[in-house]
Amino acid sequence: MEQVAAHAQAQVKEQHQQHPIRLYLVVWGFLFVLSAGSYFVDYVGLQGYLRWFLILLFMILKAGLIVAVFMHMAWERLALVYAILLPPLLVLVFVAMMVSESNYTIFTRMAVTGGAP
Amino acid sequence: MAQSVPTHTGETDERPHGLRGVVADFSSDQRAFKNVSWGKAMMWIFLLSDTFIFGCFLLAYMTARMSTPVPWPNPSEVFALTIGGQEIPLILIAIMTFILISSSGTMAMAVNFGYRRDRRTTAALMLLTAVLGASFVGMQAFEWSKLIAEGVRPWENPWGAAQFGSSFFMITGFHGTHVSFGVLFLLIIARKVWRGDFDTERRGFFTSRKGNYEIVEIMGLYWHFVDLVWVFIFAFFYLW
Repeated sequence: MEQVAAHAQAQVKEQHQQHPIRLYLVVWGFLFVLSAGSYFVDYVGLQGYLRWFLILLFMILKAGLIVAVFMHMAWERLALVYAILLPPLLVLVFVAMMVSESNYTIFTRMAVTGGAP
Repeated sequence: MAQSVPTHTGETDERPHGLRGVVADFSSDQRAFKNVSWGKAMMWIFLLSDTFIFGCFLLAYMTARMSTPVPWPNPSEVFALTIGGQEIPLILIAIMTFILISSSGTMAMAVNFGYRRDRRTTAALMLLTAVLGASFVGMQAFEWSKLIAEGVRPWENPWGAAQFGSSFFMITGFHGTHVSFGVLFLLIIARKVWRGDFDTERRGFFTSRKGNYEIVEIMGLYWHFVDLVWVFIFAFFYLW
C-alpha cells in the first residue's frame, strides 16, 4: 500500500504554487502605485518623449509583475517560460513591418491627395 | 527527501536547471513541461494564442493611427467625465483599471487559499473577483453607450480620424467579451469550490473526471491574462 502511494507520488510530479499572502498584497500595492503613476502622466498632461517613455515603463513594470508573481511565471521551469514568453517577442518584428508600411501609406496619401482622407 | 524516486518513465525529481534544463526538458520523452499539469500547460498555450490575437488588434490600431493624415481624437478628452461640474480626464478608465487590478489581487489570493483547501474563503474570493469583473463590464457598457450617444460609430466620429471608432469598438469589445466569459468561468468554478467538489472528489458532470484545486489556478491564469491585456490597452489606446 505504501509502495503504491509512493509510486503515485512519484508519477504526479506537478508542483503547486504556494507563497505567502503578503507577497500578493505587496504586488497588488505596487500595481496600484504604477497604475496611479500612468494615470498621473495623463492627468498632468506630459507630452512628447517623456510621456511615451513613462507610459511604456509603467506598462512593462505592471505586465512583468502580473506575469511573474500573479501568474507564477517566476517559479516555473525555464522550458515553460521560454515557450510562452519568447514567441510574443516576434510581434515586435510585425510592429516594425507595419511601421514601415504605415509610413509608406501616409506618404502616398499626402503625395496623391495632399492630406484629404 | 534527498534521494529521488525514479519512475518507469525515467524521470527523477532532480532535473538540470538553466539552459541545460531547457534542452533536457524539450529533448526528453513524452512531456516537455515537467512539473506543470497538462491543464495548466494548455491554458498557457491558449493564452499565448490569445496574445497574438490582441497583439494583432493593437497592431491594426497602430497602423490606422500612423497612416491617417487626419488628427487622432484626443482620448484624454474623449473619455473625460464631468463630475460635480468639473471635467476630469480619463477618470472612468482609471477607475476601471483599479477595479481590474483589484480583481486580479483577489484572484491571486483565491488560488492561494485553494491550495490550502480552504474552500469557503476560496469561493468567497472568487465571487468577489466575479463581482469586480462584472462591474468592470458594466462600466464598459456605460462608456460604450456614452460614446455611441455622442455619435461615435465604427465609420465616423465627431472629433477626427474615422478609424478611431472601429479601433475602439473592436479592441475594447473583444476585451470586454473576454472579461464576460471570465466572469462566467469564475462563477462555475466558485460553485464547484463552494460545494466541496474538490474535497469529496466529485466527478464533473461533463467530463466525469475528478477535479482538484488546480483548476482555481488555471482559472486564475486566464483572469490575470485579461488584466494583463488591459494593461496594454490602457497604455496604447487610452494614454498614448
